[in-house]
Formats: sequence, structure tokens, C-alpha cells
Amino acid sequence: MKRRQLLIALAAGALFGPAARSQERVIRIVAKKFEFTPSEIRLEKGVPVMLELTTEDVAMGFFAPDFKADVEIVPGKVARVRLVPDKAGTFEFICDVFCGDGHEDMGGKIHVT
Amino acid sequence: MAIDRRDFLKLAGVGGAVFASGLAGCAGMSMKQDDFYFVQLSDTHWGFKGDALNPDAGGTLQKAVASVNALKVQPDFIVFTGDLTHTTDDPKERRRRLAEFRDIVSKLNNKNVRFMAGEHDASLDNGQAWKEFFGASYYSFDHKGVHFIAIDNVSDPAARIGEAQLAWLKADLDKQAKDAPIVVLTHRPLFDLMPAWDWATKDGAQAIALLMPYRNVTVFYGHIHQEHHHMTGHIAHHSAKSLIFPLVAPGSKPKREPVPWDAAQPYKGLGFRSVETETPAKITEYPVKA
Repeated sequence: MKRRQLLIALAAGALFGPAARSQERVIRIVAKKFEFTPSEIRLEKGVPVMLELTTEDVAMGFFAPDFKADVEIVPGKVARVRLVPDKAGTFEFICDVFCGDGHEDMGGKIHVT
Repeated sequence: MAIDRRDFLKLAGVGGAVFASGLAGCAGMSMKQDDFYFVQLSDTHWGFKGDALNPDAGGTLQKAVASVNALKVQPDFIVFTGDLTHTTDDPKERRRRLAEFRDIVSKLNNKNVRFMAGEHDASLDNGQAWKEFFGASYYSFDHKGVHFIAIDNVSDPAARIGEAQLAWLKADLDKQAKDAPIVVLTHRPLFDLMPAWDWATKDGAQAIALLMPYRNVTVFYGHIHQEHHHMTGHIAHHSAKSLIFPLVAPGSKPKREPVPWDAAQPYKGLGFRSVETETPAKITEYPVKA
């Protein structure tokens, strides 16, 4: 690889690789029976974010099917999932780990502008 | 005198509606088995309380049992495809509901009854209480030439079948001829009906991939509280009505929600079904009668 190509590749890595991801906005979401806090998050189209999720009681799930973002939230641990908002609109997310009576109404919205 | 199965619909005491295209997945089977029929009941949610959705939540299951007992030609067997009870965080209450459910369905005249768990029964304790009452949560059996496979996609609260059960499924299927008539019973849909409404199985595609080489497979499931018919390739999937309250049709509302009780048409949207395995096999839907 020529030196110029190598520099371009390194620059691209800095922009889009792990270093770039570490600069992404982090949104912390707390789950408990039977709600997420916050239950609505606002994102900018084309700007990826890192979601950090914890649970205050039992195991939960975070699932945003429109963005294929899916992660299980285990008590005592921080669950991370990267969400790439590649389209504008309002989208649902749900808890997809059955957590009790109220699970079926547990969810929130993602607003992308 | 042997009763022609084609006469069954005329003889059945409670009436019903026939799903016109029948069991598409079984239509081409070689039919070495004897004709018979079974009854599927689902999503009884014993222990649910909510007058706006079902003011007779404490009596609907008993009415369904009476309706099945009233069938003039009794089925070869009866299967409950999950959510026998409504969920509760209290392990004692869960067992109390399971015991009450078992007592009520013990009034079925036909004692050949197969049970499956739903997420309301099993997801909060990985199926522990349910197994105390009903045994293994996944199993297979043969009946008059048809191979039945019950798949558990609810004991894992994340709606997975899991590697161990998928390996068991593969081993079970390996013993079957490629044209064997196979009926799969499960609670959640194995295909992605509506993942945003939790109407899917995380690793259901793996189960379908294992079933795909078999030419005569039909799946009966519950969970979505309404009749629904879908094909994945040549495999037909048929969901059953609930015996507690219906849910809205997939995608018809922004969110999954129940259909309120209609006092002018009590028990509307509730019911059970019979499945005849003759060629072409037929699904007949029966209402709950007051």
C-alpha cells in the first residue's frame, strides 16, 4: 500500500472506526417494571448513538425493530447497543424479555428528525 | 357404525365455521394415517381479571370445556397451546392458578389431553411451576401415522427455543421420512409475524429451517389471540383464537391492544377449533356460547 493510500485509510479509520464510535453520544436508559426512563428519545437522522441500559429490578430487553437494535438487560450490568437512525419518523421500542403483568405495555418511542 | 369424517361438521353439536382452504401444508401428504381429528384450545389465561375485556373471565373456560364435551363425535385428543394461566409475580398464586386450570379441564370427557406452556405460565420461572403440573415442556408423539412435535418457545423469557431444544428437534426430525405428515404445536409464531408486538420467536427461523426439508408440515400456535394463516414456503402456520379476549389484527393499530368486550355480542372473537387430518384436512372454528 502506498503511503498516500495508507494515510487515507488511517484517516477513514479515525472517522468511522472505534475511535469515532467512542465519540458518539451516549444515552442512558433505566428499565424497571414496567417502564423505561426516559421513555422517549430524540435522535438526529444519520447520527449514531450508543444506548447504555440498566435495570433496577428483573431482566429486561430493549428492542427497536426498525433499527435492528436488540439487547438484553441483566440486573447489575450495563447493556450497550449502538443505534443508527437511518430514517426519520417516530418508531416504537419495546421490552422483549417477558418481565411480568405489564410487560406487554412496556415500551417507548424514538423520534428521529 | 363408523362415522364419515365428512359428516362430522353436520353432526357437531355447537356449529362452527370451516377455514376454506384447509390444511394447505398437509394437502399433499401420502395419508397413510387413519383419518382423525383433534381439538386445539389456546390462551385461556386462567386468573385474568378485567371486566372491560371479559366480564366472564371466571366462566369462559368452563363454557369451552362444556362445548368440547358437547361435540357429538369426540376428538382423538385435545391440545392446549399455552397461556393456560395469566401471569403473576407470586409463585404460590401461579401454582394456585395452574391447579385450578387443571381441575377445570379435568372435566373434559376426553382424557387424552396435551398441554403446552405460554409465556404467561412459564417465562417468569423458566417453566418450573408449569413442569410440576404438566411435565416436559417440549416433546413429540405419534398418533395414527402423524408425527406431532410440541416446541417450547416461552420458558426462555427472551422468546428463544434455545440450542439444546433445537438439537433435540433436529434429532427428532432425523427419524422422520421427508414426506411424513408432521404437525408442529407451539405457542408463539415461529416466523416473524410482528416482532414489534412481540409476535415472533427469536430463533424461530432456525426451527423453520430444520422443518423445511419435510414436505408435509403444518404449524398450530396461539399467543396472538386470533385466527391467522400464513405460509413460510410450503409450511402453513395457523394461529388459534383465545378463550379470554381477542387482540387486534397485526399492524391494524399503532400498538398491540385487546379488543374490548362487546355486550351486544358476548364472547365475540373467542373460541376453539377442530383440525381434521383427512385429505384435504380441515380447520373448523367454534365459538364460545353463553
